[in-house]
Order: sequence, then structure tokens, then C-alpha cells
Amino acid sequence: MTTTHVGEPVLSFEEALAAYDPVMGLEVHVELNTATKMFCGCATTFGAEPNSQVCPVCLGLPGALPVVNEKGVESAIRIGLALNCEIASWCRFARKNYFYPDMPKNFQTSQYDEPISFDGHLDVELSDGSTYRVEIERAHMEEDTGKSLHVGGSTGRIHGADHSLVDYNRAGIPLIEIVTKPMLGAGEQAPEVARAYVSALRDLLKALGVSDVRMEQGSMRCDVNLSLMPKGSTTLGTRSETKNVNSLRSVERAVRYEVGRHAAVLASGRRVVQETRHWHEDTGITTSGREKSDAEDYRYFPEPDLVPVAPSRETVEALRATLPENPATRRKRLQSDWGYSDLEMRDVVNAGLVELIEETVAAGATPAGARKWWSGEVARRANTEAQDVVTYAASLGVTPAHVVELEELVTSGRLNDSMARQVWEGVLDGEGSPTAVADARGLQLVRDDGALEAAVDEVIAANPDVAQKIRDGKVQAVGALIGQVMKATKGQADAGQARTVILERLGVS
Amino acid sequence: MAELTRDDVAHLARLARIDLSDAELDRMVGELGIILESVATVQQAPTDGVEPMSHPLPLTNVTRRDEVRPSLGAAAVLAGAPAVEQDRFLVPRILDEEE
Repeated sequence: MTTTHVGEPVLSFEEALAAYDPVMGLEVHVELNTATKMFCGCATTFGAEPNSQVCPVCLGLPGALPVVNEKGVESAIRIGLALNCEIASWCRFARKNYFYPDMPKNFQTSQYDEPISFDGHLDVELSDGSTYRVEIERAHMEEDTGKSLHVGGSTGRIHGADHSLVDYNRAGIPLIEIVTKPMLGAGEQAPEVARAYVSALRDLLKALGVSDVRMEQGSMRCDVNLSLMPKGSTTLGTRSETKNVNSLRSVERAVRYEVGRHAAVLASGRRVVQETRHWHEDTGITTSGREKSDAEDYRYFPEPDLVPVAPSRETVEALRATLPENPATRRKRLQSDWGYSDLEMRDVVNAGLVELIEETVAAGATPAGARKWWSGEVARRANTEAQDVVTYAASLGVTPAHVVELEELVTSGRLNDSMARQVWEGVLDGEGSPTAVADARGLQLVRDDGALEAAVDEVIAANPDVAQKIRDGKVQAVGALIGQVMKATKGQADAGQARTVILERLGVS
Repeated sequence: MAELTRDDVAHLARLARIDLSDAELDRMVGELGIILESVATVQQAPTDGVEPMSHPLPLTNVTRRDEVRPSLGAAAVLAGAPAVEQDRFLVPRILDEEE
């Protein structure tokens, strides 16, 4: 069975914004990068053989007792502090009960009304230079679920699946769920604010070193809640919850789509249904999931097998002292280190390239080179593929080391700029490392002075009139001869060097 | 406490994905009612001046270091599965639920 998703009527974003104010709430789940799971000593290695990192605790076997991962709690507190949250002096875990095969215990260990962190904020910078403050409701500790593979029917999707196959390696990996308060007043900037928030959060978590924050691998996942208020109203509308919006670009698109869809529903006099929605990356639309109903009755209660977590104020302050430089401050510092203009820095930030450039510079590239190679052809192709540059580059296996190598080929004099561009395209086409591509394509500036001199002599002999003009002092005429030398050497000569040799031969220099 | 109703039991059965016939529902209402009534005896305990508690031991911050310990191994884990495919637990399809 193939499933085609039928889009619902949508108003244009502009029409929607003319009548309504969007209100957003974002829930971000972040997998911590601890070596072990939250409540047992099973490893958390990504991509391990199915069900190879599972034990009686994460399998929920009777009698198994969980014990909290100390580093998981520390990471949770550091995240809370970085988000300017209060840290609870005493809190408990709770069981969120539901019967679904992704959790063999039949409950998820989470936190309910006593999150470890609450009441914080994160300031995010927008492309127009303004700042939007996102208020944080809470950031609580929980555990990830197993991974289901739906077999039969359309691949991967649950509809039409005959059965599901479950791998519990992921079940029990520590998760932090970060929930915002309703985000109001963003207006037409709402999609950008959503994206900028997730991007800032990703930067922050990366700087904290608590997570790989790889949206493409699912170690950071985003649910987008959205509702509309008629202009002038202060009553929140009914919200939809779009699940698993897992790239920065998709976050922006999903908000934009839901604004248009809600507006069309409201404008036609109907009511928005409170429901979960599925995001479809390929078509950029959402479709109805399930309605909120009595099926969602989690019967939370305090987890009896885990004692309360009560971080002392000393512990909290010690952890506060380990917080890294705030990413916004850091960006200002990097801009100054790299010598980028405001516009260049903003482009780099908006393209999500800061970390990649930092890694590339650390690997030995110049800041200008790092910016040039990551924001040119790669960015163009990533955009065509509707992917983030970082995700896209990773999928191609293109790394900072490739940029360093490419730059070295230029600075060593082997390649000129246009050759380097050809080589980079080859690297992006999967033809190998820059050196391998240059070798395979025979790209090499003519370094052999003999070959260059021979070409110059031929060109001078073939153009006696031009040569005489230059001898007579019309040095600007040299351009015509350089052009012919380049042609004779099939573009593999260095133009500057060709100029020097011509002028030497004509006794002008 | 309020009496357990037939609707409560039907709701719980649905949450637990247990298919109960009408006769079974009737029986469970009675049986669960007796269990709840028995447990409700604890409500007669004098608790004036006693702080609410969720744990019997006055302990906090029981943690372990983030050090890997051996897992069971896929063969042992899957030995308990009713059905296995591709080294994964095979479970029936689930309708009207998200991924």
C-alpha cells in the first residue's frame, strides 16, 4: 500500500498573519551522551547490533532495580543552569504509564510535577539583529524508548504495517525534555523564532558537551505546538502538536504550515481539533495523527524504586562553575578572531556553520577559506536537497580535513582558485579526497618553468606586434599574451607567473 | 474512597490493551473492588502529623557512576521473546497509533 498524504486547505502565511497571532510551544528531547543508560549500566553506543545493549533493568524484567546515573543528573542540572532555570532542591522520578511495545516496562521513567529544572529562559538572536526571549517552563529527566521498525505495507510507516520489530538498545538512554512556556508576540517572525530557538538550544547543548545533538540521528528531536489567537484577543486557541520535526529547516517550515492550516480552519468557521500531527519532510505538510482522548491517561505516580534526587546547593554551584562560555558571547569572540564582517558572521550563523567552521579552523584552515568552502557549493547543494549544510556534509562524508587539504593544494601552488573549485565539486561528487580528485582529473598548475617558458616563447613569436608594443612601454598589452599562454597550457599555468616570464623575456621588468 | 465502576474497569482494560468480554468485565468489577477494599484498610491508620511519603527509606541521591557494565547479550534477551525477526522483538501491528 502506498500512502499519499492529502494536504488540507491552507491560507497564505500573510493572510493568516493579518488576522491571527501565532502562539508556539516547543518541546525538545535531547539524548545525553553518557556512556551508560539512565538507570542501568548498559552502553549507549549508537548503531550497535539490535538488542545487544539491553539488561534486566531496561527490559523491565520482574525484580530488576534501577539506579540513577550520576552523570545523567549532573548533565540535567548543567542544562538547567545554562537555561537560567531554578534547580529543584528535592525532586522525584515518576512513572508515566502506557502500554506500547516501545517500552518493555509498560511505563516510562520520567518526572511529573517535580522537574529538576524550571522557570528559565534563553535569549535567541534573529536575523534582523533583534533578540527574542524564550521562557523555559521546565527541563526534566526521563528515558528514551526502544526503536520500532514497521514491517510490511509502506516502508517504515505504521499505516499498513503487518507487524513491528523492536530494538531496545535505545530504551533507557537518558533524555532531557525541555519545554517552553507559550511563545507569544513573535508575529511574522514566529517560524524564524522557532528555528532560532532550536538552533540556539543545539549550540548551547553542544557547548555544554552533554549531547551529540545530532538531529539527523535523533539525539535531538523537536515537537512543535501551535495555536492561533485572533488579533486583539488574549485567549489562547486550541493547539496542534506536530511530532518529530527533526531539522532546523523543518521546524521553520512546520510552524509556517501549521499557521496557514489553523488559519484556514478558523477562517472557515470551524474549530481546530486538539490532536497530534505527523510532519512530512518530503511534502512539507502535516497530517492528522490521533486526537487527544481518554487513551492519553498516563496515571503518573512517584517511582517507588528510585529515591528522590536532592542536589545540595554546593553541588549546584560547583556545576554552575563548569558552564562554558555563552554561545552568543562566544559568537562575538569568534567573529573577532575570524575577522568576519557582521554580514558574513550572520550568514554563517544562519547557515548553521559556526561549529563546522570552528572545527575546520582548528584543523588548520584559514577562517576565510573555511567560510568560503562551506558556504559556497556545499550550501547550494544542501539547499537543493532541502538539508542543513552540516547534515548534508556529514551524509557525503565531507569533513574539515578535506577543506584543509584543499587549501593546502592552493597555498602550495598546485591549484589555482578555479581548479580548486573543480576539485571541491569532485570531492562533493564522492570522487575522493581533494588530492585524489586533483590527481584523477590531472589538475596541476604548470610549475615546470621550462614548459611555461616554451609556451611564452611560442606566444611571443606568434604575436610580434603585441610584443613590440610591450617593449615600447605599453605594458598593459601583456594581458593579451597572458591569455594566449593560459590557452596554450590549457589553463594550467599560473597567470601571475606567466606575466613575470613574458615581461622578463621582453626585457621590460 | 469512591466505588470502582464498570466504566473504570473498561477504561483500564482499554489502556492495558486487554480485551474483556461483558461477563469478564462484570467479574473484574467485583474482584478488583474486593482488592481495593482490602487495601483501603491502610486509610484507617492514624496519620495526623505524619508527612506524606512516597518512599519507606529516608534516603536521597542514590546514584551509580557512569561506567558500562555488561549487558545480557542479544541471544539471552531474545530468548524470552514470543517471536523474533532480524534480532528484534516481533510484535503485532498497532492500529491508530503513531510511530
